[in-house]
Amino acid sequence: MRIHPHITQRLAVIAMWTLTAITLGVLLFIIAYILAHGLPHVTWRFLTESPESMGREGGVLPMIVGTLWVAGLAVVIAAPVGVATAIYLTEYTREGRLTWIIRFGADCLAGIPSIIFGLFGFVFFVITLGMGLSILSGALTLALMVLPTIIRTSEEAIRAVPQAYRDVSYGLGSTRWQMVTQVVLKSALPGIGTGVVLAIGRSISETAAVMLTAGSALGLPRSIFDSSRTMALHFYILSREGISMTNAYAMASVLILAILAINLAAYWLMRRFVAKVA
Amino acid sequence: MTEERNNEVNREAERLAGKLPRTVPVCPRETPRIVVESFSVSFGGAAVLKAICLDICPRQRLAIIGPAGSGKTTFLRSLNRLNDLAPNFSKSGRILLDGQDIYRPEMDVAVLRRRVGMVYAVPIPLPWSIHENLVYGPRLAGVENRGRLDEIVESSLRSAFLWAEVKDRLKEPASNLSGGQQQRLCLARVLALKPEVLLLDEPCSGLDPISTAKIEDALLELKSQYAIVLVTNNTKQAARASDRTAFFLMGELIECGPTPQLFTNPVHGRTNDYITGHFG
Repeated sequence: MRIHPHITQRLAVIAMWTLTAITLGVLLFIIAYILAHGLPHVTWRFLTESPESMGREGGVLPMIVGTLWVAGLAVVIAAPVGVATAIYLTEYTREGRLTWIIRFGADCLAGIPSIIFGLFGFVFFVITLGMGLSILSGALTLALMVLPTIIRTSEEAIRAVPQAYRDVSYGLGSTRWQMVTQVVLKSALPGIGTGVVLAIGRSISETAAVMLTAGSALGLPRSIFDSSRTMALHFYILSREGISMTNAYAMASVLILAILAINLAAYWLMRRFVAKVA
Repeated sequence: MTEERNNEVNREAERLAGKLPRTVPVCPRETPRIVVESFSVSFGGAAVLKAICLDICPRQRLAIIGPAGSGKTTFLRSLNRLNDLAPNFSKSGRILLDGQDIYRPEMDVAVLRRRVGMVYAVPIPLPWSIHENLVYGPRLAGVENRGRLDEIVESSLRSAFLWAEVKDRLKEPASNLSGGQQQRLCLARVLALKPEVLLLDEPCSGLDPISTAKIEDALLELKSQYAIVLVTNNTKQAARASDRTAFFLMGELIECGPTPQLFTNPVHGRTNDYITGHFG
């Protein structure tokens, strides 16, 4: 029996609405649950003081600072490498075995569990290169982890720039490098920015990889060679070791709000930047 | 003039009879700006242009007509080496610009493309303001002085018959312009490079008759300073907006002559069939 197209249309709309509502509902429930449990304990003291007795008392300032350092440094290292790789793949080489290998490598990198990155970082950066448990080791490990995201999103953004722009640029007497930097990157910037924002979010929320590389020191880091506990890791330790569920939820609330704030700020900066250059 | 024309017809007849090599009459009283010598192009083994011999003269509008797939655009893109970018492009023969082969190894391709400017079939403003579109080329060429750039912007917009319409909105995005204005902007953008040769690849294919007329008027004015090559699918446009016309068919140059003569008294039967609409 054939169902009338108007009815299938109806059913499809209802189905999509329901599924969207479920997705959003779950997300909102998780956020609301954590904020409801944690937010009442997020005080000015909590944000501006160092933890006492393993985090049962006191605040989380060192974790906030440490997280910003680790994630910021990771993206600062990964973004230029990732964007350069994407430019090479799209503008400086023809499709062939080499581009296949690079892309395959990036995809494999994206599929590796973060604990493996942590282990690699521990063996290579911490032990072999002698960087110790430090912000630098953690940032380098995270940089490797977010590299595939940045490469892939940048590549997509660069590919989306119309081929005609390249012809026009060449036609007006530009070299390939001038074409890439002044035409292609300018147009691809919003897309590349999205990739960078995703990478920041991933770096901030990563736990396993930083546990083995940045360590879990409670003190306020004074340089990138100091060990530092990130917010996500602090939450993990507080809850896993049953130190203080109240403070764990408070930490989680700060983490969620921080990711939200950083994403908003990154989008805002990106839009301003794009409005200025484009 | 009539003597020259007769001369050209005679030579064309002799050429067809196999007495002359496949070269086409040269420019009246001037050295050609571009000499194309037995130039062939193929992409991955498929021949697209076959031994083209053609002169492009200063202060003259050369129209290239022919059905789709006859190699018109490939020919145009050979003149500023845009074909180089395509994979498996190969060529033989020579193209001389002011006597020097543009495919010689030490040729600076960026400089060549400034000297031989190109307007595409679809207007493609870069996603910037009108002003930025116009100064992009001169900046690449090393012009930094703001006053000098402003002069270039004004003079090239005037030459493209666009100045009056946009002089108060230079900071607006170029995409705000209408299609016809965008195409004149693209023309102005090329003129800003102060080229010697102007290549236009079906510049009016998407434009209304009034915009088309404006482009044609601009070309008539520009003829005094540039050698112009106009590829067009519109035989009527070739008839009214060119001085010489070349007819391409399946990668070969069938015939080239003064426009009035080619349209009234073509030497070759296939040219006649095409311009009278019997095929193509």
